[in-house]
Amino acid sequence: MENGFSSPRSESFPAGLRVLVVDDDPTWLKILEKMLKKCAYEVTTCGLAREALNLLRERKDGYDIVISDVNMPDMDGFKLLEHVGLEMDLPVIMMSVDGETSRVMKGVQHGACDYLLKPIRMKELRNIWQHVFRKKIHEIRDIDHHESFEGIRLSINGSEFSEDCIMFSGEDLTSFKKRKDFQNKYDERDYGDLSSTKKHRVVWSVDLHQKFVKAVNQIGFDKVGPKKILDLMNVPWLTRENVASHLQKYRLYLIRLQKENDLKASFGGIKHSDVPSKDTSGGFGLQSSIHTNQNDVANDRDQFSGSNFYGQDLDAKNNEGDQEEIVSEPRPDSKKPLTADVPDPQDTRSSQMSFDHSSASLGSDVNYTEFDCSIPKQYPWSECPEVQSKQEHKLLLQLEDGFSQQPPGVPQHYIEIDQLQSGRDTSSPIKNEPVLVEYKSHHESHISPKETAIDNFSVQSKSLIAYHQSFEPSSTAIKSMKPQAVDLSCITDLEPCQRNLISPSDLTFPPFNEDLTVCWLQGDFLNKNFGLPNMEFADYSDPGFIADIPVHLYDTLTSDYECPYDPTEYPIVDQGLFIL
Amino acid sequence: MELGQMQGRLAEYTRSLYMEGILDAQFLQLQQLQDESNPDFVVEVVSLFFEDSEKLLNDIARALDQQSVDFKRVDAHVHQLKGSSASVGAQRVKDACVAFRNCCEEQNVEGCLRCLQQVKQEHYLVKNKLETLFRLEQQIVAAGGSVPMAEMTF
Repeated sequence: MENGFSSPRSESFPAGLRVLVVDDDPTWLKILEKMLKKCAYEVTTCGLAREALNLLRERKDGYDIVISDVNMPDMDGFKLLEHVGLEMDLPVIMMSVDGETSRVMKGVQHGACDYLLKPIRMKELRNIWQHVFRKKIHEIRDIDHHESFEGIRLSINGSEFSEDCIMFSGEDLTSFKKRKDFQNKYDERDYGDLSSTKKHRVVWSVDLHQKFVKAVNQIGFDKVGPKKILDLMNVPWLTRENVASHLQKYRLYLIRLQKENDLKASFGGIKHSDVPSKDTSGGFGLQSSIHTNQNDVANDRDQFSGSNFYGQDLDAKNNEGDQEEIVSEPRPDSKKPLTADVPDPQDTRSSQMSFDHSSASLGSDVNYTEFDCSIPKQYPWSECPEVQSKQEHKLLLQLEDGFSQQPPGVPQHYIEIDQLQSGRDTSSPIKNEPVLVEYKSHHESHISPKETAIDNFSVQSKSLIAYHQSFEPSSTAIKSMKPQAVDLSCITDLEPCQRNLISPSDLTFPPFNEDLTVCWLQGDFLNKNFGLPNMEFADYSDPGFIADIPVHLYDTLTSDYECPYDPTEYPIVDQGLFIL
Repeated sequence: MELGQMQGRLAEYTRSLYMEGILDAQFLQLQQLQDESNPDFVVEVVSLFFEDSEKLLNDIARALDQQSVDFKRVDAHVHQLKGSSASVGAQRVKDACVAFRNCCEEQNVEGCLRCLQQVKQEHYLVKNKLETLFRLEQQIVAAGGSVPMAEMTF
């Protein structure tokens, strides 16, 4: 059974695509199963939404895509959609015999990547793989974007959305055009890479989510921040990024709920001809909320404390990095300018993706962090901007202390924290400080510096924090990198880092916006260097993924390297964020 | 009746069902989905449908029989039935369901009862027709022949 859930796509995508079909109608279930099998997909059917959620939770990464009916007795299809988006971040296709515009609209708003009308044709099902593919592509692209756009505020909002024909604002178009360049790079990628890319997501199980909600309530919704939540939750393997992205989603979810309620109240009387009144109000509500969202998004994205989080209707597009998409105007903060020259986007690897997201996480460690977290898919992109701002603090702090000491056992991942430390201690804004540490390695085409704007340090967005991570290479590639530059010891030991993190608890998120710039190490280095550690970390940080990681990471990574790393050495890579 | 004749009759019969709008393209699609690995696919699906739809019709009747009718509930059932009938290509049943839903919106019990009647009628009709169809197919298979696969491009 487990085998059935490994990565069948590696064979000949899209054959073997793992589809979960949810429909309360047994007739449809049978028909769809047959149709999907004819498409050479691997089908699992389910008659109840709750059952579907259980299946999804049990097998994290066990499915590639979910197709669900809108009307189901035990749970509304839209609710299921939300859950899947929040917890697993899989593409979800809605279907219904009812094709009312408002319903379709609702589906899209809740994050459906497509809405099919019954009766469904074979050709429609044959094409569902595109949604899986698209998500991957976008993730890759996002990573590259972060790396490639130096100093350019990218509003990524336009990117995936544009493709999905959702235009939010004019800025999207501009940024989208910029992305076109990168698009070409991606187009050349072959499926092979993608299929091997695996996103290791943190699956927000019910328990985990409960802890999360509890923590949020304890802190107080207005004062909440990923770090505080993380601390309260007390889940060792969870990273700040994980929490941050989840928080973002959660906020959006709540906002949407609220909007729907508000709108329902105001539009209760309106009726569509063929739609029950509730649908109508919902429809209206949604429509209005869309607009509202857009406006809000344009205005101020990064207010965490406020409720202006607009992942926007992008629940669906979470993976795309809702935040980015929504915010049309380039927020100084969220953009991730890279000063260092960024090597061409690497193949997309889940790890890479994770790196990006963990904007805060710098260096290989960070990557791992992201990596284990499920962020790559869902949160990372969307969260990036946010993450950057918020996570910075955490990251910085973590790194600092952790790094200053270089555990004997851990040779790799050295990150110089000097600057950081001083910066941190004084808490004085490091304005325009060339935090960017360009490591020679950088020129060695190993790593492209990553910069992270640290809010507290007031590192200007332009300042880059380059991390040079030298990983104890079991592979030669890494070795060359090693020598130079900044040696930031990776956080070999989470504990200290965590503690460190905790200390600057007074870091506040709000200011983030401006100063976060994240540099991602990229390029070969990532593949190579990070690859190994990633694996380690992935294993380590997320127990749930341990089994999974090997499949994806190893194929790409191990081929080049040996994995000498002892996972325990990088126990908490997640936590380790290097911030200079 | 010899095989050729039986097959001819089947083809004619099937055609008439499409012409009269009793069946639509979805049924054809089901037939195309049937293959060696699943030679009784269509029969199975249709059986499932009738099982489910009978239940639904009963539920609807019961709901309409209440002192205070819960139209939302009735509507939900009808919606389900609509979806189901669409799955097998029972076009007239589906259309009757659409009309039914309008009655539900108007919250008119009389209207709903009439609609239910209509749906039941169509349901009964398609059931009979399909039973005949399957019987014809069985006869052909029993006589050693094969049922020609319908072709259509979607």
